[in-house]
Amino acid sequence: MNRNALLFGFVALLYIITGFVQSWNTALAIFNMGLISAIMALGVNIQWGYAGLFNVGIMGFVALGGLATVLVSMPPVAEAWAAGGLRMLGALALGAATITAGVVAYKRLPLGRVRSLGVIAIFVVGFVLYRVLFDPARDAIEAINPASTGYLGGMNLTILLAWPIGGLIAAGAAWLIGKTALGLRSDYLAIATLGIAEIVIAVLKNEDWLARGVKNVVGLPRPVPYEVDLQQSTDFVARATWLGFDPATASSLWVKLLYAGLFAAVLLALIWLSQLALNSPWGRMMRAIRDNEVAAEAMGKNVTRRHLQIFVIGSAICGMAGAMMTTLDGQLTPGTYQPLRFTFLIWVMVIVGGSGNNWGSVLGGFLIWWLWIQVEPIGGAIMSLITYPMPDGSGLKAHLLDSVQHIRLLTMGVVLLLVLRFSPRGLIPER
Amino acid sequence: MDFLNALVVLANFVLIPAVSYGSQLALGALGVTLVYGILRFSNFAHGDTMAFGAMVTILFTWAFQAFGLSIAPLPTALLALPFGIAVTAGMMLLTDRWVYQFYRRHKAKPIILVMVSLGVMFILNGVVRVIIGPGEQRFNDGARFIISAGDFKKMTGLSEGLAFRSSQGLTIVVTLISVAVLFWFLNRTRTGKSMRAYSDNEDLALLSGINPEKVVRVTWIIAAILATTAGVLYGLDKAFKPFTYFQLLLPVFAAAIVGGLGNPLGAIAGGYIIAFSEVTLTYAWKKVATYMLPDSLAPDGLAQLLSTDYKYAVSFTILVIVLIFKPYGLFRGKAV
Repeated sequence: MNRNALLFGFVALLYIITGFVQSWNTALAIFNMGLISAIMALGVNIQWGYAGLFNVGIMGFVALGGLATVLVSMPPVAEAWAAGGLRMLGALALGAATITAGVVAYKRLPLGRVRSLGVIAIFVVGFVLYRVLFDPARDAIEAINPASTGYLGGMNLTILLAWPIGGLIAAGAAWLIGKTALGLRSDYLAIATLGIAEIVIAVLKNEDWLARGVKNVVGLPRPVPYEVDLQQSTDFVARATWLGFDPATASSLWVKLLYAGLFAAVLLALIWLSQLALNSPWGRMMRAIRDNEVAAEAMGKNVTRRHLQIFVIGSAICGMAGAMMTTLDGQLTPGTYQPLRFTFLIWVMVIVGGSGNNWGSVLGGFLIWWLWIQVEPIGGAIMSLITYPMPDGSGLKAHLLDSVQHIRLLTMGVVLLLVLRFSPRGLIPER
Repeated sequence: MDFLNALVVLANFVLIPAVSYGSQLALGALGVTLVYGILRFSNFAHGDTMAFGAMVTILFTWAFQAFGLSIAPLPTALLALPFGIAVTAGMMLLTDRWVYQFYRRHKAKPIILVMVSLGVMFILNGVVRVIIGPGEQRFNDGARFIISAGDFKKMTGLSEGLAFRSSQGLTIVVTLISVAVLFWFLNRTRTGKSMRAYSDNEDLALLSGINPEKVVRVTWIIAAILATTAGVLYGLDKAFKPFTYFQLLLPVFAAAIVGGLGNPLGAIAGGYIIAFSEVTLTYAWKKVATYMLPDSLAPDGLAQLLSTDYKYAVSFTILVIVLIFKPYGLFRGKAV
C-alpha cells in the first residue's frame, strides 16, 4: 500500500512540476485528459484484467461516445428534418427491419435451399429498398445549408446526458461484436474489434447527414461557463483580483477546474463500482474464468455469456470516456481519431499501470498521458542536440527534426515491449 | 458489340484490378497464415512488416536509380526486391531473437504474443515513419502499360478501351511464381515437410527430432519474403503510404480467416474472395448496365452498391459472416 501511495505521489509530483515549470494552465489541461485517459484505461482493464479479453478497437467505442455528444446536445436543424428527417428515419428503420427479418427467417425456416435463397432474397430486396429511401433523404438533408449545417442536428438536451448515452451506444456496438466474435478463438475478438473501429471512423467521416463528417461539428454546448462570460462578470473579476490572478488566466483555470471536478467525480464513482465488482463473488468468478476457462466451465459457469457481459461493460466505459473527451474538446473531429493514439496508447496505460488492478490502470492513465505529452518537447530537444553538429539547411537535419513527432510511436512501442518482458504485472500488480 | 463492350469494361474495371489486388492480399494472408500455423498467434505486425519491406526496397530502388541502374521496361524495384527481402528477413530474425523467443520459451498464451506483436507493430510503424516519412511515395518506373486503352481500341475497334498496367501484370506473374515455389517448398523439401509436421502436431514433431528453432527461423524468413513481395507489389500498383499498409491488416486478416487460419491454400482463396467482393461492391456499374440493358432500363445513378470509402466494411462483413457460419474458415484451419 505504501509503495502504491508513493507511486501516486510521484505522478502527482510530475503534474505539479509541470505546473511550476510550464504553467498551471498546461498542467490542468494535461490533468483533465489524464482523468479521461484513466477512465478509458479502467474500461480496458475491466476487459483485459478481469476477463482476458483483447479489445483492439477502443478508438471505435471512443468515437461512438463522441458521436453521442453531437446527437444529444446540438440543436436540431428544423429545415433538414423537414427536408428528409422522417424519410431518413424510415430508411434506417427499414434497414434494421431487413436485418431482423433476415435473422428471424434464418432461425425459423428449416435448413435447406428455401432458407438460403429466402434469406438472400430478404437481404437483397431490403438493401435495394433501403437505398431507394436512403439516398434521396441523405441528399435532401445534406443540401440544406451545407456550409454550416447539412445534417440533422441533435436533440438539444444538456450535454451531460451524452455521457451515459455515449456509453449506451458503445455498449450496443460491443454487444454486436461480442455476439459474433466471442466464444471463438481468442484472437478473433482482436481482429473483429480492429475492424469495427475502422468502420466506425469511416462512417463518422463519410455520413455527413449524421454528424457533418470531416466538416466537423464545432461549438458543442458546454456543461461549464465560457471564459468570456466569466471575464465579463464583475463578481468573478473581483474574486480573481482578490486572489491575485489576472481575469483571463483565472477564467481559463476555473473552467478547467470545473471540468476536472466533473471528470474526477465520474472517475471516482467508476473506481468505487469497479472495486466493489472486483471483490464481489462476480469478480471472483470472472478471475476464475480468466485463469482457467475449462475449470470454470466445468463448475457450470457460462464462459461466453460472462465474457459478453464484461466486454459490453468495458466498452460502455470507453464510450462514456469518449463522450467526455468530445465535451472537453467542444467539437467532434472524426479526422483526428488515430488508432495509435486512441487504442494502443490506452493499452500501454493498462499494461504499464498493472493489468487486473483498477488503481494500477488509473495510475498508468495519468503517467502515460503525461509522458505522451511531454515526450514530444523532450524528443525535440534530444533531436536538436543530435543534429546540432550538422550544417544548417542539410536535408538530413531537416528530415530528422521533422520526424520527432513519430518518435512518440517508437517510444510507446518500446515501453510496451519492455514492460511486457521485464515487468508483465505492471507498476501496481494485481493482488 | 454492346455485349463485348460491356465485357471489356468489366475486365478493365473489375476483373483485372480484383485479380491483382487479390494476389497482393493472398501474399499477405499467406504470411499471416504461416506465422499462425507455426508460431500459433495472429501477427498484428504483419501490415507494418509489409510497409517496412516496401520501404527498404524503395530506398534500394532510389539508390539504383541514382547509379543509373535499370532493367527497363521492368521497374527498378524488382531489382531492389531481393535486397529489401534480405534486410526485412534480418529484421524479423532479430525481432524473434530479442522479442518473441522469450515468450515461446515460457509457453506464453497466444493472446500475450498477439499483444507483443502489437508492440512490434508500433515500433516498426515508428521506424518506417521516421525513415521515409508518413507521406505518399511513388517508385514505379519502367513501362506503364502492357496494353494501353488507346492501343486496345485501335486493335479491336471497340469503343471501350482495356488497359492492362504493367504493375498488374507483374503482380500476377510474381504471385504465381512465389506461390508455386512456396508450395513446392512446403510439399517437397525436407525443411518444408518439417514445417508442416510442426504445424500439425508440435509434440510429435519434436519427438521426431525436428529442431523447433530452425522451423521458426525458416518461417520468419518466408514471412519476410511474402510480406516484402506483397508490400512492394501493392506499392507499385497503387502507392506506398505507411498508414495504408496498417489499414491493409484488416483485409489481410479477413482473407486468412475466410480461408481458414493456418491453411495456405485457404489464404490464397481468401485473398481473391475478399478482393473480388471489395471491388464488385464498390464499383459503379452504370457503364456495364448501360451496355447490357435496353435504353429504357438504363440506371440514372452510378449503380454503386457501396461508396469506396467503405471498402474495409466489405472485408469486415465477410469476416463476420464467416465467423458466424464457418468459424474455422472455408478450408479447415487450425484451432488454438
